[in-house]
Amino acid sequence: MRLRHLLSGVAMLAASAGAAPAATITVATVNNSDMIIMQRLSTKWEQATGNKINWVVLEENVLRQRVTTDIATKGGQFDVITIGSYETPIWGKQKWLMPLDDFAASYDYNDIFKNVRDALSTDGKLYAVPFYAESSFTFYRKDLFDAAGLKMPDHPTYDQVAQFADKLTDKSKEQYGICLRGKPGWGENMAFIDPLVNTFGGRWFDMKWNPQLDTPEWHKALTYYVDIMHRDGPPGATGNGHNENRALFATGHCAMWIDATSAAGYIYNKSNSQVYDKTAFTAAPVEVTPHGAGWFWAWALAVPSTSKQAKAAKEFLAWSTSKDYVKLVGETDGWTVAPPGTRASTYDNPAYIKAAPFAETVKNAILAADITQPTKDPVPYKGIQYVAIPEFQAMGTQVGQLVSAALAGQMSVDAALKQAQAAVKSTMEQAGYIQ
Amino acid sequence: MSARTRVQPVAGTLAWLASLLMFFPIFWMFLTSFKTEVEAIATPPELVFWPTFENYRDIFQRADYVAFAINSVIVSFGSTVIAILLAVPAAFAMAFYPTERTRGTLLWMLSTKMLPPVGVLVPIYLFARDVDLLDTRTALVIMYTLMNLPIVVWMLFTFFKETPKAIIEASRIDGANVGQTIFLVLLPLVMPGIASTALLNIILSWNEAFWSLNLTAHNAAPLTAFIASFSAPEGLFWAKLSAASTLAIAPILVFGWISQRQLVRGLTFGAVK
Repeated sequence: MRLRHLLSGVAMLAASAGAAPAATITVATVNNSDMIIMQRLSTKWEQATGNKINWVVLEENVLRQRVTTDIATKGGQFDVITIGSYETPIWGKQKWLMPLDDFAASYDYNDIFKNVRDALSTDGKLYAVPFYAESSFTFYRKDLFDAAGLKMPDHPTYDQVAQFADKLTDKSKEQYGICLRGKPGWGENMAFIDPLVNTFGGRWFDMKWNPQLDTPEWHKALTYYVDIMHRDGPPGATGNGHNENRALFATGHCAMWIDATSAAGYIYNKSNSQVYDKTAFTAAPVEVTPHGAGWFWAWALAVPSTSKQAKAAKEFLAWSTSKDYVKLVGETDGWTVAPPGTRASTYDNPAYIKAAPFAETVKNAILAADITQPTKDPVPYKGIQYVAIPEFQAMGTQVGQLVSAALAGQMSVDAALKQAQAAVKSTMEQAGYIQ
Repeated sequence: MSARTRVQPVAGTLAWLASLLMFFPIFWMFLTSFKTEVEAIATPPELVFWPTFENYRDIFQRADYVAFAINSVIVSFGSTVIAILLAVPAAFAMAFYPTERTRGTLLWMLSTKMLPPVGVLVPIYLFARDVDLLDTRTALVIMYTLMNLPIVVWMLFTFFKETPKAIIEASRIDGANVGQTIFLVLLPLVMPGIASTALLNIILSWNEAFWSLNLTAHNAAPLTAFIASFSAPEGLFWAKLSAASTLAIAPILVFGWISQRQLVRGLTFGAVK
């Protein structure tokens, strides 16, 4: 009896010595529906592990600046950061992030779509794990299409989209044929303009990093955008970003909207949207090439190399981006809001497919988005709606402002592209890409 | 009817119109905070709706409002007290014992306000990191004190200049030392001015967002960070953002309303001879 007590005491001591002490991790994330759900459900992880999470939730652009400052100066304020597919390879190359290829076998890396893994890797190492991924596609009002006797093809062209928009615009009823982003910014109007230019056959740079913004392809794409928005777009389009267009579409003012696939769950939810039962989805339109016609973006979680709680941080990542987490969201919050676009198992789940009729279109859009071949002609960079170099944020926003000025009628398309070419050329010369 | 009586109703109406125009965004934000997200984005805007408290409920569930508010109170009041303590002797010296460099010094102090904060973000961040002040209220108190000190000195200097120098000289002749002259003679005379300066400083610190967002993470984040956590470029949370903004400005609005008499007295101090 005594021996048994002694042995059980030794076993408990050994177990407690082996167990990691509870840790507190600081997680910096963005404010969107998926992250709000993660914040709420993470109490389950806290209860299971004994660890604690301090949340720092910020607006996307504020977070990007805040985290960049901290990580570049090795401030060490965060243990987990939310970053996109644009920053991950750049920061990974700088060794600002820890590699994340050492999770347990049950994590099943191969279940994550290959193009998503590739977008979050550099030099063959995964530096962030995807929380959700998105592409762009076309939202359209099937009731308006039916009433006008129109049929949306599975793979529409931009010429067809222009014809549809012309027929469906009725400004007297505040019904606009198309709603597109106009608010300047590399993540706002340029997220739409770059895929548009790609499919019109254009590109940002040739293989020697010479800017290609004053080419006929850019000219044709931008002229198309400005013309269609003037004819069939809502008023004040230069102030419309994703949110404003989401509001316009959800309240029945747009016949078509080309934007993020991640908004499908919102539009399909009857508590948010007045058009939940009148909306259908199809692929992003194409023009001369399908390459880069739909964008690619992933919100991912990473551990900065300055983290003092790396072990607990990695454990949290392995939990919050796992198959089980997707299942947990589906069962607690409903399958329409399960994190989309990252895992094959999500799309193999009959419950998800039944609840989210847009699932197959979203999956196809994400799988078709190849960031390594984003344009008709070869390019030296990765990225569809961005160019994965550190200089792009500033350049993208500068060009976005010129595009916005052309849309507002403050300058011609020609003048905007000439200025854009000069500005980008100057930046690339200063950065040493070209002599 | 005299010209004065004719002008008064017009001026009064214009003042009311200007006030309503300035207050309208706050009123609209307050109204939106009681709408559902669908009502908040409705076009044309819905003026008649059934108010809901769900935004406030969600906010209290997601974030620790009280912790953010306590940080705001400590940081804005703390920096104000220190700024006043530093500025009173500086303004006293410049107002009553000016040298040939006083004017230049005052202008130089004001010119520091023209520097864009982002220009010094990295050095200050590195400094805060090295002295272990990141995500602390101390860092914000120091930053706000230094940031607002030029304005505080300028305002106090202006108020002190309104005080006849003869009073200061008389107190010195009567044997008062510098400290007694400041605390027993000068400060009671310019108290409305000091109160209004302090109030303005509190409001400036309360609303400051750049440094509070960049130097804090979780422990020292004030209400400006609280608002930022409900803003999103991809996702419609306008009703929740309105509710968060209402909660963030409520304390300072109430405080300003309570102290408005003092504020107006201070701002018009010395205006009428």
